[in-house]
Amino acid sequence: MGYNQPVVETSPKVSDEIRKTTCYMCACRCGINVHMKDGPDGKRQVAYIEGNKDHPVNQGVLCAKGSAGIMQVNAPSRLRAPLKRVGPRGSGAFEEITWDEAMDIATKTLAPIREKNPEKLAFFTGRDQSQSFTSFWAQGFGTPNYAAHGGFCSVNMAAAGIYTMGGAFWEFGQPDWEHTKLFMLFGVAEDHDSNPIKMGIGKIKARGAKIIGINPIRTGYNAVADEWVGITPGTDGLFILALVHCLLKAGKIDLNYLSQFTNAPVLLNGDESSPDFGLFLRDSDGKPVVMDRTTGKLTAFDAKGVKPDLGASFRKAGYTHRTVFHMMIERYMDDAYAPEAVADRCGITAKRIRAIAAQLADVAFNQAIELDHEWTDFRGTKHTKMIGRPVSMHAMRGISAHANGFQTCRALHMLQIILGAVETPGGMRFKPPYPKPATAHPKPHCKVTPNAPLDGPHLGFVHGPEDLCLKDDGSPARIDKAFTWDNPMSAHGLMHMVISNAHAGDPYKIDTLFMYMANMSWNSSMNIGGVHKMLTDTDEDGNYVIPNIIYSDAYSSEMVAYADLVLPDTTYLERHDCISLLDRPICEADAVADAIRWPVIEPDRDVRGFQSMLCDLGARLNLPGFVNEDGTQKYKDYADYITHHIRRPGIGPLAGWRTGEDGLQNGRGDANDAQLDTYIENGGFWMEHLPEGANYYKPWNMRYQEWAVKMGFYDSVQPYIFQLYVEPMRKFQRAAEGHGDRQPPDHLRKRIIDTLDPLPIWYSNAAENKADAFPVTALTQRPMAMYHSWGSQNAWLRQIHGRNPLYVPTKIWEANGFSEGDWALVTSPHGKITVPVAHQASLNENTVWTWNAIGKRKGAWALDKNAPEATKGFLLNHLIHELLPPKGDGLRWANSDPVTGQAAWFDLKVRIEKTTAPKESQPQMPAIKSPVGKGPDHLAWKTGK
Amino acid sequence: MTELPTQTEKKLGLVIDLDTCVGCHACVISCKGWNTENYGAPLSDQDPYGAAPTGTFLNRVHSYEVQPETGPAQLIHFPKSCLHCEDAPCVTVCPTGASYKRVEDGIVLVNESDCIGCGLCAWACPYGAREMDQDQGVMKKCTLCVDRIYNENLPAEDREPACVRTCPAGARHFGDLGDPDSEVSQLVAERGGLDLMPEQGTKPVNQYLPPRLKDDYTNTGEIDILAPLLDPVAPDAKGLLGWLDKALEKL
Repeated sequence: MGYNQPVVETSPKVSDEIRKTTCYMCACRCGINVHMKDGPDGKRQVAYIEGNKDHPVNQGVLCAKGSAGIMQVNAPSRLRAPLKRVGPRGSGAFEEITWDEAMDIATKTLAPIREKNPEKLAFFTGRDQSQSFTSFWAQGFGTPNYAAHGGFCSVNMAAAGIYTMGGAFWEFGQPDWEHTKLFMLFGVAEDHDSNPIKMGIGKIKARGAKIIGINPIRTGYNAVADEWVGITPGTDGLFILALVHCLLKAGKIDLNYLSQFTNAPVLLNGDESSPDFGLFLRDSDGKPVVMDRTTGKLTAFDAKGVKPDLGASFRKAGYTHRTVFHMMIERYMDDAYAPEAVADRCGITAKRIRAIAAQLADVAFNQAIELDHEWTDFRGTKHTKMIGRPVSMHAMRGISAHANGFQTCRALHMLQIILGAVETPGGMRFKPPYPKPATAHPKPHCKVTPNAPLDGPHLGFVHGPEDLCLKDDGSPARIDKAFTWDNPMSAHGLMHMVISNAHAGDPYKIDTLFMYMANMSWNSSMNIGGVHKMLTDTDEDGNYVIPNIIYSDAYSSEMVAYADLVLPDTTYLERHDCISLLDRPICEADAVADAIRWPVIEPDRDVRGFQSMLCDLGARLNLPGFVNEDGTQKYKDYADYITHHIRRPGIGPLAGWRTGEDGLQNGRGDANDAQLDTYIENGGFWMEHLPEGANYYKPWNMRYQEWAVKMGFYDSVQPYIFQLYVEPMRKFQRAAEGHGDRQPPDHLRKRIIDTLDPLPIWYSNAAENKADAFPVTALTQRPMAMYHSWGSQNAWLRQIHGRNPLYVPTKIWEANGFSEGDWALVTSPHGKITVPVAHQASLNENTVWTWNAIGKRKGAWALDKNAPEATKGFLLNHLIHELLPPKGDGLRWANSDPVTGQAAWFDLKVRIEKTTAPKESQPQMPAIKSPVGKGPDHLAWKTGK
Repeated sequence: MTELPTQTEKKLGLVIDLDTCVGCHACVISCKGWNTENYGAPLSDQDPYGAAPTGTFLNRVHSYEVQPETGPAQLIHFPKSCLHCEDAPCVTVCPTGASYKRVEDGIVLVNESDCIGCGLCAWACPYGAREMDQDQGVMKKCTLCVDRIYNENLPAEDREPACVRTCPAGARHFGDLGDPDSEVSQLVAERGGLDLMPEQGTKPVNQYLPPRLKDDYTNTGEIDILAPLLDPVAPDAKGLLGWLDKALEKL
């Protein structure tokens, strides 16, 4: 044909071996196929990473971060050996030492603390994915001071979900992607969670179902939403309660669902003069009581065949009792929640709010789904169908990281529940081992005994003042003041307050701060300059106020410079891990699953997996659970622990391929020496599907409940009803009203009464954040292609997100006469930054934002000191304080949610003005000395021979 | 000058759904990873940890704001790689024959051993879809993963471009756009797929599915129809209890 073309090899060899493990480029925990090739030296090298098609989380897809993992494993910022500080804290001057010396220093630092007063150790583990292990270690040590990063991430979402309905979003639950017809997304930045949300959006789009995005910023998922609601930050709760108002008023609520599966029909003591005012009427067994609509008699809520009456009222001993539902309609029918009343504050017209409420009503009730699945509920009633309300919702940090976040998350769940759209077809579905109500979780423990373990798990769910972590004198038992009157329901602790409290000696001084995988001198702390001072401050004798800091990280992060001893961790492809049901699971609504990481390559540096190091350190410290009876080390490394640790009879870190009388079994069983090998053979994960008929209505569905017991999620069936009214909150209010032995300090009484309302409320935080003088809200979000600070060192990802201008809406852009390339001075009640700006029209008109954690300190992450992340990048953290601006009452009020202590990052208010371009973004911190040098000036990655 | 084949047996290409693309860059990095390790020279990076990192990418995602006549501004994510044009100007401009379009499937490739790095093809491409690798001085471009789509060392289900396999939202589709019955052709027909810059006359094989109509809540459509759904069943809380009693009777 006269046309000449070369021959191309279309079937080249792809790799020598595929090793299947779990990604750790974010918290999503996708399955990955790591393609290995034999290198010139005969060692297998990582050639290419792709998604694992069999894996429940990602089903083969993989995001940019996951595919860029190869650049993380090769990153020049990897720490190479243990480091001992040889210069002043913060300088970055270290010498490399041996592991023997490092372990010796750690042991000599920690052993005397455990001997005398274990609370002097504060052990906080950041973005740890092994919290059931690290908390077990901390419990053995005996310190009450343990938590991970939840307090500054999304504890409001998690705690509100657990208290309300036994689970929240992400690892707790997911939309019914196959059936949902309307998906509402509230306050979701681009990373939580990652691939499953994108996959779900893809499925919905392919079916032509509708997505409504409620977010001040229209990027990412909100950019593809069919409707975008550019809400005023911090007002989501008010918007949601207006939707509730419209739906209640129109009777567009699922009465059957509310009556059978929630505490809406439970009777409340309605007499203000009664000591039990606002508490549930209970029977002699302590069970909340409802009135049976058929018999008119009072009965326990779970009695066989009972039909609870939503509208009941009842007088007992002269006290009137009315249902929770009475209280709901009285509150939410009020015109204070009418769309017209909230429109201006939310920045959404009343017409628009009504239009959204009408769509919810239409989809939930006119487009209901019926699946022909028989099931039996916990009252013994048989059902022939599963009715579904195909409205699903997802929310994350955007509604959570406000000081009204807990109540806002509660309001969102109330909206889902009145529609009957939780655990029903087309709505939101829990993922095993959830649902699990707050009452089935542990309570927090804080009893310290020298040389002995703590009296129980650190974190949990309180049910009244008696569960708070207070010392005998009423002072906080924990360094972060979790589970105190300041924030009684702080289920994840308050990592963001640890450095500040330890420096202030409030509630007490500590000896050693031991942290893992949390960049607490940079993007994970508020008030960065202040934190640097706290970490380096000395007393009159010249000793550091926080005497010892031990830190473990795989990379040369900003936090490394502030440690006295650095214990280098491995990268995620060089280590064992378990993604355990005891921790943050990776299950799907139709299946239970767990997974492992295993060393697909061996480290080429003198580093150790943090958890393996803790097995060694725990034995050196003689911690219960880490030594055998003869005092020898119990677990030689983390893999040994994963395989052989028994948490409760038959329950270990991994649920797959345990052993029993008849061979291998799942869920419960004895340890199996070959368990990890079996996981590896099976692609790095284990999965078992729910039995037929157990897939929906899980909290009440006996087939699910019995299967959950068999699998070991709980030891007896735990059916429960959703808690629209959270009685423990009322108990805290009652204490604040003066009832009971445990009393809050007087200055907190009003706030507790105002904010711990047992039915969802909304309150503004604008005035406390000086919104009159600082009228613009400043937000951050993570880009989808980068997670936390880890991405900044990634040669590929930093080419996508190497800069983070402040995005400014049209109104502010024009008012300031900005043009491209301009800079702005941004001022908050706490500080000032000078940063580059860029215009974005698809943005709430009083909101500015930037990408989180792009800004870097000079000298960190093996980047050049002229890297744009350091010269043009910036953090909003400089503008945010861990305390609110002073109110003039002489008290220090935390910038946190008063219910959970969640850091209120998104309440930040600022002012913006144009300024002359500085040479670099401001403030600039002095460069730190890099303990790992600088990365190469050239990359052309190709493995194999 | 290099000749184009008069016609190709297939027109393999991508269909990219702009209604679904969330702009996550998964395709960008998956492509970088595969093509660094496979066809031709690795995709190099210069100053990767420095002040001005630049590297070779065969696929990039751009984001544009669009202001419709009514309603709020929108953000469109726009992934772009070689469109494997039928009348590919990058091929005809090539002085050495290094750039060519394959007869069997229409894929446009660069034979790196013949490429002299003159850059004329990149200049001729109206889409800016070619990038000169600074390390090797050869022109790099999307190969449509020619070393995956026929690769017998891969499971059959994986014989698709890396960007398509990895796309979390399922916004990328691969197939024969020359076959009107193929799934991709059907999708293009259903969703009104578009040529990028048709006025250039390059006849691109890749197609883009336009974003669906958004923010359609201010018009007189379904919302007014739905409004009666919110008609109050009672004026106040007391009235609602009366309604409740009747409603519960019916349950």
